[in-house]
Amino acid sequence: MDAGGTCDARESEGKELQGSSSNKTSRPYMFGALRANWMRWRKLQNIEQRGRIKVNVNGRLCPVELRLVDEAITGDDGRLCSGCFRSSLFGKFKLAVTSHGMISPTDNVLVAFSGGPSSRVALQFVHEMQHKAQKNFIASRDKSLPVFGVGVAFIDESAINCVPSHEFEKAIQDIQLIVSNLAPPAKELHISPIESIFSLDSTDGRNKLKELLLSITDVTGKEDLLQHLLMISLQKIAFDKGYNKLVLGSCTSRIASHVISATVKGQGYSLPADIQYVDARWEIPVVLPLRDCLAQELNMLCSLDSLKTLEVLNGPCSGINGLVSSFVALLQKENPSRDRTIVRTAEKLTPFHFNRIPETDDHNDHLSSLRRHKKFNLKSNESIPSEFFCPICSSPLNKSDLQSLSNLESCQNSAEFFGASCCPSCQFQILPKGDSSMEHFHSLLPQPIIARAKDGSCGTGSWLREQIKDCLLSDDEDGT
Amino acid sequence: MDDTEAKTNKAGGRQCSICNQRRAALKRPKTLQQICKECFYAVFEEEIHQVIVDNHLFKPGERIAIGASGGKDSTVLAYVLSELNRRHNYGLNLFLLSVDEGITGYRDDSLETVKRNEVQYGLPLKVVSYKDLYGWTMDEIVKMIGLKNNCTFCGVFRRQALDRGAALLKTDKLATGHNADDIAETILLNILRGDIARLSRCTSITTGEDGPIPRCKPFKYTYEKEIVIYPCSIYSPNAYRGFAREFIKDLERIRPRAILDIIKSGENFRISTSTKMPEQGTCERCGYISSQKWCKACVLLEGLNRGLPKLGIGRTRGLNNGQNKDMDQTNGMKNIHSKECGTLDF
Repeated sequence: MDAGGTCDARESEGKELQGSSSNKTSRPYMFGALRANWMRWRKLQNIEQRGRIKVNVNGRLCPVELRLVDEAITGDDGRLCSGCFRSSLFGKFKLAVTSHGMISPTDNVLVAFSGGPSSRVALQFVHEMQHKAQKNFIASRDKSLPVFGVGVAFIDESAINCVPSHEFEKAIQDIQLIVSNLAPPAKELHISPIESIFSLDSTDGRNKLKELLLSITDVTGKEDLLQHLLMISLQKIAFDKGYNKLVLGSCTSRIASHVISATVKGQGYSLPADIQYVDARWEIPVVLPLRDCLAQELNMLCSLDSLKTLEVLNGPCSGINGLVSSFVALLQKENPSRDRTIVRTAEKLTPFHFNRIPETDDHNDHLSSLRRHKKFNLKSNESIPSEFFCPICSSPLNKSDLQSLSNLESCQNSAEFFGASCCPSCQFQILPKGDSSMEHFHSLLPQPIIARAKDGSCGTGSWLREQIKDCLLSDDEDGT
Repeated sequence: MDDTEAKTNKAGGRQCSICNQRRAALKRPKTLQQICKECFYAVFEEEIHQVIVDNHLFKPGERIAIGASGGKDSTVLAYVLSELNRRHNYGLNLFLLSVDEGITGYRDDSLETVKRNEVQYGLPLKVVSYKDLYGWTMDEIVKMIGLKNNCTFCGVFRRQALDRGAALLKTDKLATGHNADDIAETILLNILRGDIARLSRCTSITTGEDGPIPRCKPFKYTYEKEIVIYPCSIYSPNAYRGFAREFIKDLERIRPRAILDIIKSGENFRISTSTKMPEQGTCERCGYISSQKWCKACVLLEGLNRGLPKLGIGRTRGLNNGQNKDMDQTNGMKNIHSKECGTLDF
């Protein structure tokens, strides 16, 4: 990978050429060579130049390298040649990583790999970054900067998407091959079936999962619950294996679809939590370094670099999610920058306090106390409100929903209590109606979800405490 | 009653899930409950009453203008408001207010409908015409500028025409027939075009409270489909279909509550109060609210009168010119007037 630096230099030269005047003397040699190239090309193609490059007939010119583009690669800045396209995409990834502190040298990063093009590119880019860090490490004398570790997680959903076993075996082999080819540095691959969060025994877990999904009547609800379970599985792997960051390959197009579908599901309040670069409401913070890359770009890169992807395993969306993604695809066809506009709109919504990397210290022992201390410090400055999360989808709950929560005390049993502490969207599309079916549903839920609801339940207390804390804070403010 | 009977057979002869007495005659679009006609009218009207009461839309003794286009929404709005006003003693003086754009063959029918409503519901009607207000009919404008961009004129002029008509009637408020589908669509379109300022205000049930005549939308939570089912509605819902509208109809088919959910999302979006909102001022020429020195209508009129009809038409507008009933008035963030006269804003 020739990194951003060289490309930037080229870009500035390209601009000089386009402007055709300024700073001609600063890099005479490069400029001359480029200019000769340019003139030759121009004679060849008989193109006109008016301020910016305009190519009319046969070929396309890469605006960065001024090289004829043989394939039509539509990048951010129009049409690029494959090299510049690759480095512009990597540049976006790197900018996201560095400007949000997603990966630091001491980190141990888990990349969630589904087999699709987005997570494939995420894996590739993280690998390239690690590879470069490794080279720097070897070259450096004092070995002061350690190289971050990378692991790969694949969640096996074969329990739900009946994939023929030979195809599945093949897919697993492919994944193993992909990961083993991304070395050095070597990466550990964790393959875990989604049912493992239900029970240690795989058949028992499988049955529970199937029964749970069967109890949901809404197609969209079923799909969404599966997504939440997927996240819980990833978190579990990351936590068990000692990773401290989880990298997802969510791209702009995917996030745009999420913006619309969350709006349609009435989750306008919690929406900004899901679409930021960093989402630290989880045990292991989740980062989205490909948030600024379009799906088409990622697909293009995969086909250019022949990065192997596994399409078979991804089932098509249906219900609301399917409708939304076809709507967004339609919009995208009509206007290629629509995805970006949608994400930009959602960006203007106020994010939550957990949408950034929590500041940590090296010592794990002091970690929690330190973190709490820092949060507390922040609180006194900005008075960050604490959030109450839906135990199923983990979305922060709105004030008005919280008020309906305050009568939780009246709930008879834990199932009813659980139902009342979910967000309205999950209540509608995931929870079954009726007491007995609700109890059945509750009994099938995996431990992490139950635990979250329990947290919430002493949480009602903690929530109350939180309310009191707010009062205390305002007293404090009065005092000062 | 025969009619009801016939329908119940189709519905499988189930009992109404509200009154449990009569046979269910229809599936309520909003909830998919199977209910009888009588209960449908009752819940339909009761819901609107609740919205009016909960949001304090009207105060006793107020004069309210109902924006009447002759379409289904405003026809039903006129009927329901006059009915609720009588039933619940709102103490309102209701008026019908119509705009005549002066488009041959377009408004004639709908103006007839409005005139019929005037007689049927006993509400006084005021028709304001573009010709009277601006000195131009839409036909004349189209003759001048051609078919392109005339939506800009019509949209801007209509908005002001309603306000001016309401002022002529000396009313305190203007009620419009925007329904839940309209609002959901507006929210989606504002997301699609990245307009955070409008996204934050398009969900409020009353707008322009700082202006001379506030507008309110009693149908904010009322589904278009239900308005169509309501008996005094005579128009089909297919009058206008954009891509976002189509999407909303598809959503409604899968999950009726999606429309309400979109509105809920729109209401709950965390939009920081520091988001830059366009400043409200008044037009130096006509006194109408405007974020610029002159209001949009005055700019457009000036252009027409000086033979430069393209003045004020330009990129500053988002997509779907004039398609959206709700968004208007403060759109140009650029100050058109700082430019030389005659500079065309392409």
